[in-house]
Amino acid sequence: MTQIQFTAPTSVKAAVRCLAEGGKNPKVLAGGTDLLVQLRAGRVKPSTIVDIKKIPELKQIKAEKGGFRIGAAVAGAELSAHPGVKKAWPGLVEGFDLIGSTQIQGRASLGGNLCNGSPAADSVPALIAAGATCKIAGPKGTREANVETIVIGPGKTSLKKGEFIVSFFLPKRPRRSGDAYLRLIPRTEMDIAVVGAGVSLSIDSKGVCTDARVSLGAVAPTPLLVKAGAKALIGTKVDDAALAALAAAASAACKPIDDKRGTIVYRTKVAGVLARRAALIALDRAKGK
Amino acid sequence: MAKHHVNTTINGDPVEFLCDTEQTLLDCLRDELGLTGSKEGCSSGDCGACSVTVDGRLVCSCLVLGIEADGCEIGTIEGVANGDELHPLQKHFLKEAALQCGICTPGFIVAAKSMLALNPDPSESEMRYWLAGNLCRCTGYDKIIKAVTNAAAEMRGE
Ligand SMILES: Cc1cc2nc3c(=O)[nH]c(=O)nc-3n(C[C@H](O)[C@H](O)[C@H](O)COP(=O)(O)OP(=O)(O)OC[C@H]3O[C@@H](n4cnc5c(N)ncnc54)[C@H](O)[C@@H]3O)c2cc1C
Ligand code: FES
Ligand code: FES
Repeated sequence: MTQIQFTAPTSVKAAVRCLAEGGKNPKVLAGGTDLLVQLRAGRVKPSTIVDIKKIPELKQIKAEKGGFRIGAAVAGAELSAHPGVKKAWPGLVEGFDLIGSTQIQGRASLGGNLCNGSPAADSVPALIAAGATCKIAGPKGTREANVETIVIGPGKTSLKKGEFIVSFFLPKRPRRSGDAYLRLIPRTEMDIAVVGAGVSLSIDSKGVCTDARVSLGAVAPTPLLVKAGAKALIGTKVDDAALAALAAAASAACKPIDDKRGTIVYRTKVAGVLARRAALIALDRAKGK
Repeated sequence: MAKHHVNTTINGDPVEFLCDTEQTLLDCLRDELGLTGSKEGCSSGDCGACSVTVDGRLVCSCLVLGIEADGCEIGTIEGVANGDELHPLQKHFLKEAALQCGICTPGFIVAAKSMLALNPDPSESEMRYWLAGNLCRCTGYDKIIKAVTNAAAEMRGE
């Protein structure tokens, strides 16, 4: 057996070099809560493991342009402890906080949740609804991409060879904005989403929705940005008719699978119900309730 | 490639060991260092029997690489008692008979200790959520919650 190499670079530049020189199948390690399980099961056989947690930028949460820049390796417990992010983006923090147990929260990161590529990843619909972008470093320098462009299939990302995510950017919130993420699981804790729904919206002083983003998880091969769902809300007072249109748009966007967690019919129906409930929570938050 | 040389602190004592990249911290504790108090229930992060703290943060040692412990402070079940004197959590687990086979117990005690360090007076629901990543096939949890509740009260001096 050839040995797996290990490096823990302390800068983004050094990490790019480690990935470039890391043999046939270098793997980034953040919290390891997906990677180590896959390693143990023999599902991944990395040539090199590059631990990105020693890079300061990957572990920081900073204010930037009125919004926040969150290191890709920041753990769930660290994000939950940040009052600023929690106040501006409670839905994202709640979505991330749903991942696993206290022990998993001590390690699991946003970058790992996204790049593992699971259609059911709980923080991803919340990130997409938030309009988050990510900063990607690679052999050709850095670039910024929308979160919804990263996962392209179960376990597959659009990251090119040698690229990794450095941080996420959450844009400035207009006044009267709110977000929420809800998931359905058969248990109360420690399970994989049957459906997840994230909604972020802003309203004006008259209560009219001026901007919205809607995202669904676990109902298609990738997390979805549901533009028709947002359209159903924008320009309305998020009344019953708008919410019914949102639910219909969410259900229409689903391309789910049948499995032991839920049938196609069930997932499609629940996607509409959860999108509607998440929109109501986001609306309450936008109204400061 | 040669094995990695890891310098770490375990329960306050400096410790060195050698490991391969793919060895988990749990493997290193048990197989390289003979610290067999941390248990292996699942090796996939689901059961919490392997719970330890790394730089004060509760984690599953089966989901941490041994080499990641380099330069860190590790806390394990072996460091919970003070010499021969049991920690209040340990005393109350015995008193309440909050264990049967005992394989989950070290994980519960390490996890409960880290909870009480942050929140000395948790509600029952806070306890159950904090400990949701620790599974017990024997007790049905009620005795564990009772033991943690009583230990917390003792630690608060009540
Ligand atoms: C018991 C248990 C319960 C769980 N419950 C949930 C749950 O409820 N909901 C949920 O969504 N997930 C859950 N998970 C899965 C997992 O915890 C999350 O997906 C977590 O966010 C992964 O983050 P990580 O930092 O541990 O990733 P890692 O395991 O370190 O990495 C995951 C993958 O992403 C890659 N990667 C990591 N960071 C980057 C980066 N910055 N750039 C490029 N690639 C990167 C790695 O190479 C690897 O392929 C659970 C896992 C366990 C073990
Ligand atoms: S052995 Fe680590 S969680 Fe089960
Ligand atoms: S006492 Fe047997 S698993 Fe808990």
